[in-house]
Amino acid sequence: MAEAVLSISHLTKRFDDQTILEDLSLEVREGEVVVIVGSSGCGKSTLLRCINALEDIQGGEIRLRGDLISHNRKNLPELRQKIGMVFQNYELFPHLTVLENILLAPVKTQKRSRQNVREEALALLERVGLKEKADSWPRQLSGGQKQRVAIVRALIMHPEILLFDEVTAALDPEMVREVLDVIVNLADQGKTMIIVTHEMSFARAVADRIILLEDRRILEESDPETFFTAPKTEQAKKFLRTFEFNRKNKAEA
Amino acid sequence: MDWAYIESVLPLYGKAAWLTLRTGTAGILLAALTGLLCAAAIHWRIPVLRKITAAYVELSRNTPLLVQLFFIYYGLPKIGIKTDPEACGIIGLAFLGGGYMTEAFRSGVEAVDRIQEESALSLGLTRFQTFLHVILPQAAAISAPAFMANVIFLMKETSVFSAVSLMDLMFTAKDQIGLYYRTTESLFLLVGAYLLILLPLSLLGTFWERRLRHAGFGT
Repeated sequence: MAEAVLSISHLTKRFDDQTILEDLSLEVREGEVVVIVGSSGCGKSTLLRCINALEDIQGGEIRLRGDLISHNRKNLPELRQKIGMVFQNYELFPHLTVLENILLAPVKTQKRSRQNVREEALALLERVGLKEKADSWPRQLSGGQKQRVAIVRALIMHPEILLFDEVTAALDPEMVREVLDVIVNLADQGKTMIIVTHEMSFARAVADRIILLEDRRILEESDPETFFTAPKTEQAKKFLRTFEFNRKNKAEA
Repeated sequence: MDWAYIESVLPLYGKAAWLTLRTGTAGILLAALTGLLCAAAIHWRIPVLRKITAAYVELSRNTPLLVQLFFIYYGLPKIGIKTDPEACGIIGLAFLGGGYMTEAFRSGVEAVDRIQEESALSLGLTRFQTFLHVILPQAAAISAPAFMANVIFLMKETSVFSAVSLMDLMFTAKDQIGLYYRTTESLFLLVGAYLLILLPLSLLGTFWERRLRHAGFGT
């Protein structure tokens, strides 16, 4: 079995007196694609935010290849460089061009040469079909294009793990595909990823493992085929039913 | 209007205008720096510094510059801190302006969406790098109009420097009126000189704001 890239043990997250996640443990191995699903507000996004310490945690610990990720550790910026995060609303920097958005972090934090990173950035942009947009401003791009740039911006840091937080939730339906194709492609390259999504067919295609988060904890954990065809728990069945539509009285053809 | 007289005192006003411009610019630059540091302290929620900043902003904005100058010029020497008039003017202006600049920058910084900061942090930038490269440039565009209004306001405030015997434009004009009763000419020169300093400043500000707005973001 491949080495664990990320290990979360007994994580508890509270906002004031509301418990969001309780005693949650999860391991993600090298090259594994873990998809987290669950109803709105179940703590999926909070879990991702805890992983790169955008949220402080009230119990348990999170380790990236053995390194403790914690709010008050001095090496937090270095650890975050190894954790790529893509947000629902892209969060490109509006005052920088596409290329500058991508170059900012590697040049400032990894002290890599601008020329070197620039070449890599252009190569990555080409791979997601946006090479000609390198000098555009974020506002000139469509949502799908912005999200692909955001993915490149995360990739250029050579992260150990990528976190995707409902990256297609803000997109028009016709743009969802172009973004998901990029992610499927990354999965094929063996990138380690945690993906939070509501796109069930995508989840089924891309996941090595599916996790249903409900009631502050991991309720069900299985391979995608089992999860979608033979869910174990009643809650999982109920959750999957929310994606189905049936008409009782359909006119006979 | 006695043009021959005006011509004869032009060098005098030139010197005074230079002093106004010099002390004004130095004071404004210091004020901007103070404002920037204070806005950063507020943004980073630095425990004690944040309280001190809030107190400073209230103190500086709610006391007149003239009173602040008197305090620095006549008050501080009593506890052994001597200042020459020019330094006194610059420090006074920086003290007053710092409060206004803090508010201008703070409003800009607060207007930048918090998730922009998180996005930068999650790329591995330090908090300082995030502030410098991500928050500040966006905040600057939002703060620009308030900042320019402050610059113009502070440059005009230099007119009270004469109270601490700085030979600025106001001092020179009052002097000329008192000595030679050249009221019309003096006022004419005074208004002219201020316009000469402030109009380009104002135009520069408008140009700069427009550039920021068209720098590819905003709308």
